[in-house]
This record gives sequence, C-alpha cells and structure tokens, in this order.
Amino acid sequence: MITAAVQEREHYLNQSYGLKSWLLTKDHKRIGLLYLFTITLFFFVGGAFATMIRVELLTPGGNFVSSDTYNKLFTMHGVAMIFFFLIPSIPASLGNFFLPMMIGARDLAFPRINLLSWYLLVVGGLFALFAMLAGGVDTGWTFYTPYSTTYSNSWVIATAIGIFIAGFSSILTGLNFIVTVHRMRAPGMTWMRMPLFVWSTYATSLIQVLGTPVLAVTIILLFCERFFHIGIFDPKLGGDPVLFQHMFWFYSHPAVYIMVLPAMGIISEVVSVFSRKPVFGYRVVAYASMAIAVLGFLVWGHHLFVATQSVYAGLVFSFLSYFVAIPSAIKVFNWTATLYKGSISFATPMLYAFGFIGLFTIGGLTGLFLAALGFDVHVTDTYFVVAHFHYIMVGGTIMAYLAGLHYWWPKMTGRMYPEAWARLSALVIFLGFNLTFFPQFILGYLGMPRRYHVYPDEFQVLHVLSTAGASVLAAGYLMPMIYFVWSLRYGQVAGSNPWGAAGLEWQTASPPPVHNFDEMPVVTHEAYDYASVIGEEIQVG
Amino acid sequence: MASEAHAPAESLALREQFETEAQQKDASTLGMWIFLITEVMFFGGLFLAYMVYRRLYPDIFAIASSSLNVYIGAANTVVLLCSSLTMVLAVRAAQLGRTRAIVLFLVLTLLLGGVFLGVKAYEWNEKFVEHHIPGPSFHFEGLGPDQQGHAQLFFSLYFAMTGLHALHMVIGAGLLAMLIWQARRGRFTAEYMTPVDLIGLYWHFVDIIWIFLFPLLYLIDRHLKQP
Amino acid sequence: MTEHVDSVKTYVLVFAALIFLTVATTAVAFVDLGPFSVVMALAIAVCKMLLVALFFMHVRHSTRLTRLVVLGGLLWLAILLLLTMGDMMSRGWVGVPGR
Repeated sequence: MITAAVQEREHYLNQSYGLKSWLLTKDHKRIGLLYLFTITLFFFVGGAFATMIRVELLTPGGNFVSSDTYNKLFTMHGVAMIFFFLIPSIPASLGNFFLPMMIGARDLAFPRINLLSWYLLVVGGLFALFAMLAGGVDTGWTFYTPYSTTYSNSWVIATAIGIFIAGFSSILTGLNFIVTVHRMRAPGMTWMRMPLFVWSTYATSLIQVLGTPVLAVTIILLFCERFFHIGIFDPKLGGDPVLFQHMFWFYSHPAVYIMVLPAMGIISEVVSVFSRKPVFGYRVVAYASMAIAVLGFLVWGHHLFVATQSVYAGLVFSFLSYFVAIPSAIKVFNWTATLYKGSISFATPMLYAFGFIGLFTIGGLTGLFLAALGFDVHVTDTYFVVAHFHYIMVGGTIMAYLAGLHYWWPKMTGRMYPEAWARLSALVIFLGFNLTFFPQFILGYLGMPRRYHVYPDEFQVLHVLSTAGASVLAAGYLMPMIYFVWSLRYGQVAGSNPWGAAGLEWQTASPPPVHNFDEMPVVTHEAYDYASVIGEEIQVG
Repeated sequence: MASEAHAPAESLALREQFETEAQQKDASTLGMWIFLITEVMFFGGLFLAYMVYRRLYPDIFAIASSSLNVYIGAANTVVLLCSSLTMVLAVRAAQLGRTRAIVLFLVLTLLLGGVFLGVKAYEWNEKFVEHHIPGPSFHFEGLGPDQQGHAQLFFSLYFAMTGLHALHMVIGAGLLAMLIWQARRGRFTAEYMTPVDLIGLYWHFVDIIWIFLFPLLYLIDRHLKQP
Repeated sequence: MTEHVDSVKTYVLVFAALIFLTVATTAVAFVDLGPFSVVMALAIAVCKMLLVALFFMHVRHSTRLTRLVVLGGLLWLAILLLLTMGDMMSRGWVGVPGR
C-alpha cells in the first residue's frame, strides 16, 4: 500500500468519529481496542498495588503499612491482575481483533454480544474499583472461607459482585469465539489450516465457557453465606470450607490456562514468522492446545494438598498434574524445533518470544516441583509458589502479550513502533523480571511465607533485590506505553505486511477496512506457507 | 461484499457478518447450545453442594425434605412438563408457518409457567410461615439445637436451587412475552423462526433442571416414617 | 435447519411418558428400596431428561456438533461432581488425622 493513500483510505479507525461511534460499535476491531484500553488501566491498578507491596517488603518490619492494609494490598493486586487484566487480556484484545481476520471472517458471530461483554467487564471493574477505593478487601484473591464469609470486615461483596459480572464477560467472549471458529471460517479455511493462535484461542474459549459458570455460582454462595449466614461453608453450622476451595479452584485452575494458552498461541505465530518457517509439528501443537484445555480441568486439587483434602484425592490430583505439563512441554519442543535451521531475525516480537520460552519453561518446571506432594508440603504458601506463578503469568503471558502487541501493532494502527527503543525495553523487562522474581524462588525455598509482610532479617537481602528488580520492571513496562502512543503520530507508516507473514490478516491493508477484507478470501494453502507470501519487505531495524 | 443494511431483507435480519441465512441460523443455534452448557455448569455447582451435604447428613436431609409437600411438588412438575409440550408445539407451529397456532401455544406456555411460579410462591410462603427460611429466624420443629444447622443447610440448598430455577423461569417468561409480541406481528415464518426455536431450547432446559430438582429435593427417603 | 417436523402424536406420546415417569418416581419414593431409592430417582430423572432433550429439544435430529456440545457439558459436570465427591468420600481412608 502506498504511503499517501493511507491518509485518504477509509479504514476502521477513521470511518466514523466520536464517542458514540466507539461506545456503540459492533466492529470487533474497535471492541478489541476498547478492551485494550480497559485492561491497560487495570494493569496500572494492579501495578500500583504491586509497587506498594514491594516497598513494604524492603524492610523486615511492618513499617510502611499495617498488617491489615498489607492483606488488602496483595488481595487487590491479585484481583485486579487476574480478573481484570490477565483473564481478558489476550483473548479480548488481540483475540477479538484478529481471530475473525485470521479465519477470513467479517466479524465475530455475535457482534452485539461482543460489545456487551466489554460493558460487562467495565461494570465489573467499576464494582471492584469501588471496593478498592472504599476501603479494600483483605481476603486474598482466593476468598477462602470462613474468613471471607464470616470474619472479614472488608468489601468482600462488592469485589465478589465485580468478579461475578466480569465472569459473564469472559463467558460471552468464549461463546462468541467458539461459534465463530465453528461457523465462520472462509472457504478453504479448514481446521488444519487455521493459524495456531486461533487454535489456542479456541481452546481458551472452551475453558472460559465450561469453568467460569462454576466460579459464578461459587460467588453466589459466598454472597448468600456472607449475607444470610446460611452455613454452606461455615463449620459451625455443618458446612465445609473445603467445599468452597473445591468449587473455587475448579474454575481458578483452568483459569490459569485461560491466561497462558492464548499467550502460547502468540508465541507460535511469532516464532514462525521470525524464523520464516512453518511451526514444527503444526498438528501436534494444535492438539496440545486442546489437551491443555481438557487436562487443565482435572488437576484443581493440587491447590488443596494441605487443605485437609483426603490423602487419596491428593494422590490422584498430583498424578494428573504431571500430565498437564506434557502438552505444554511439547509446545516448547516444537517452538525450539521451529527455530532450528530457521532464518532468525531478532525483531522485538521475537525477543519477547525468546523470553517467553525460557521463562515459561522455568515456571512450568517449578510447577512440576509443586505437583509433587512431598515437595509441595514444604513450599506451599511460600514465595516459591509466588515465584512459580509469576514466572508463568509475567515471564510468560505478559511477555507474549507484548510480543503480540508489537507484532500486530502495525496492522492495528498502520504505524511501526520504534524498533531500537522496543528492543531496549524488551531487554529491560527481561532483566527486571528475573531480578524481581528469581530471588523469590530462593526466598520461598528458605521458608518465607507468602502474604506476610513481617519477616526474619536474613531474608532482607533477597527482598531488596526483588524490589530493585520490580523498579526496573516497572520502568521497562512504561517504555512501550510511551513509544506506542508516540508511534501513533510519529511512527513510520506500515504497509499491509511489514513482517512478510503468511496469515490472512496480513493480506489486507494496515489499518484494516471496516469489514476486514475488500473481497472475502478463499484459502488455498496451509498455515505459515511463506513461499506463497507475495514479496513484501520484511521490516526489521 | 457485505449487505450493508441497505437491503430491506434486514427485516429478516440477515446480519452482515453472515454470508447466508443458513449460516446465521446454525451459528445462533450453536450459540444457544453453548449457553445451555454454561447453565449446566452453573447449576452444577449447586448440585455438587447438595451431593456433599446430603451425603454428610442423610437423616436430617430426609426429615427436612419430608416437610415439603410432595403432591404440590409433583403437580408443579406436571405443570412444567405441560408447558414443555405447549412450547414444542409452538416451535412446530413455527416450523409450519402457522402464526395463530404459534401465538396460542406460546401463550399457553407462558400461562403454565405463571402457574408454576405461583405455586412456587405459595410453597415458599409456607416455608416462611414455618420458619424454614435460612437465617436468624430459622427453626425446624422436632430437631435438637445441634441439628438445626444441618436442617438449615437443606433449606439453603432448597431455596438456592429453586430460587435460581425460578429466576430462570422469570427470564423465560419475559422472553416468551417478547416472542408472543413478535409472533402476533407476523415476524415468524417457516423460513425464519430461529428465536422461537432458541427460546424453546432454553425453556426445555429449565424444565430439565426441575426434572432433577423435584426428586432430589422432595423425594428424599419418603418411605421413612417421620417421628 | 430442523427440516424434520415431528408429528403432534410423537410429542404427545413423549409427554405421556414424561407424566408417567413423574407419577412413577413419586410413587416409588414411598417404597423402601434402601440405597436404591436414590439410584431409582436419578435413573428416572435421567430418562425424563433424555426424552426432553432428544424429542422436545430435537437432539435426535441435530448435528454431530450439537450432540458433542451436549455430551461435553454433561461430561464436564461429571468431572466436577466425581472428582470432588472422590475427595469427600475418601476422607478418613488413610489413618492420617484430619484427612
């Protein structure tokens, strides 16, 4: 596409202006951007709480905040990051934007439901924000009973309502994606020709649809228990607090796969493009995504190992937890094999992909340690667990998210981001991340409990390192915020396929027209068929 | 390219994201089925809680269950089954393009649904009078103080499950009212009756939930002679 | 999509079966079957569910995908119920206090 024509050409961003055209849009691309904006806000909210946590943990005593306040800080950090940032992040922003395009559809199956799901996230988020500002909630993001139902004096119900409403946002998104993938693929776009990002997003949608309703009903029971003291989780009335944990984790374990599967999908895309090779073992990777979705529902009891779950149940869940690691490991092998003898370029998305592969592997392996009953008993509820899941969520998901944002930025905005700054921030983020979270593995192994702010003096060095790392990480995250915004006006204008990629989304203009394609595509080749990509310059700095 | 809503066939609502009406209908139907699956998991959590506590306190649950009027419960079950019959006949009428029959059967379904809800309201009121509503004023006659909590658990589940079910019925009633209004305006033909079809699926699903609720709540060990 | 228009007779027959099963489950509840009472009640409920699903919800005329969705939903419910009850029921099997 020619530079001058971009300014005059009509596309999804300039087709209509004004607040109403955004707030009442049915265009999946605009809705994707609405989500992008919203989740970024919540990332800041969660980040603010993280900052306060790390400042408090600089010193062994409880100097900065009281214990009650500290309880609120880590709770709200978790709630904001998990329910209002990570769960929606990739599916609702990049998934919304690109899933229809990648299968050659004009939009999702149910555009108005798509818009509704964004509003639900916003309303849910407002409830949660209200709770945070009105005094906070201190139960931990896990809301274990009977503390959350009977003894906590904080804004449990408001937060729970917010999460409940956001849950419906997630369900509707998943429903929309499933129907779209089944019923709206372009002619010739068979299942086995779909990009792997679509496969992983589809698998994620299955989890969203099957798991989230259980969280919803759990929250309803929590609400009833707190309001009416019906006794369902209260031992004094014959209730079982562990039932809450079963119901809660039935969703919340698969939820972590909601958070990581789409990220893996992005990595498949990025690793392929920037090695200029089709993903090694496409079919296996596709099936592995489905396997993760299914197996992910069979392991939730590993969160209950020390919760008076029966010994036999513990054995079963431990055994099953090993299995769920297999498809994830298979993906890592396949990405590595894709790189082998590839024509590798170190563009920013690829740098993030490398970061993901290494850090996700560490996070995943430490998950296996935790799956072992004997080891888990020692490190459960310590910083070892905290480090484990941050390696996956931050070293994994957020890195993949940044990879995806950089990769698809030119398509979404018609502008390139500044490559040098982007590579620098990728490096800063990688270093900051490891400095923040590696010491936490050691801390946990040495016995530092999670959710504590007062700790023995000998742990201080590691905590200081971790906080230092967090400062670096924060700086690293600020950089893309700045240069992405900068690029909207001053970035180099991008063509339709600056990376020479092979997906359908690259065969239309940047930014795309309102209906995605001027003519509906007919698909005749496999995914990642680089030979058939019509010569475009590969723009790498 | 896309039918940019210039075509007056928008009245039959071929939305612009779809290529054909068949695709649209397929997609809508699949969407409704997936939604019903989410409802299965939603109610499923309550069924889980029920299973856990019935297993723990079988005797108390039996005693508490016997305080429900089994004949009213059975009669209400019949009412709901009748409404399922009238609903499927409404769908059939829509498949055949018979507007008057559609309206008739939808109205009957709505009325029967109303009867069900009315009976439920009566039953709940009885529970209120007997102090069987969980909360500070709960008291079950004939049980000791340490068993009150277990009995309250039964009633918590009773109200949670029938309450959630009733909420779904109310929503269903609203949807039916909307359908009746549209049907009277001739909106549905043999070529386009998707909303009738889909709301029919929803209605039948709500009936299936009740099919399980009735024996689980009303028929626990009825053969036991109660003290 | 539902080209098959079932006859009124089919629906009425299914309805009659459902009523019969309702009466049956109520009557059987008053018979002492011991632990089989629950089994009987659930078995009848499952039969009723199948009748409603297959005939009233047209699952017997539906696509493979629809059936897969239905089965998937039921399977997932089973996972929730079975694995949790597995814990609840196996507590105390090993002589470890509190588990």
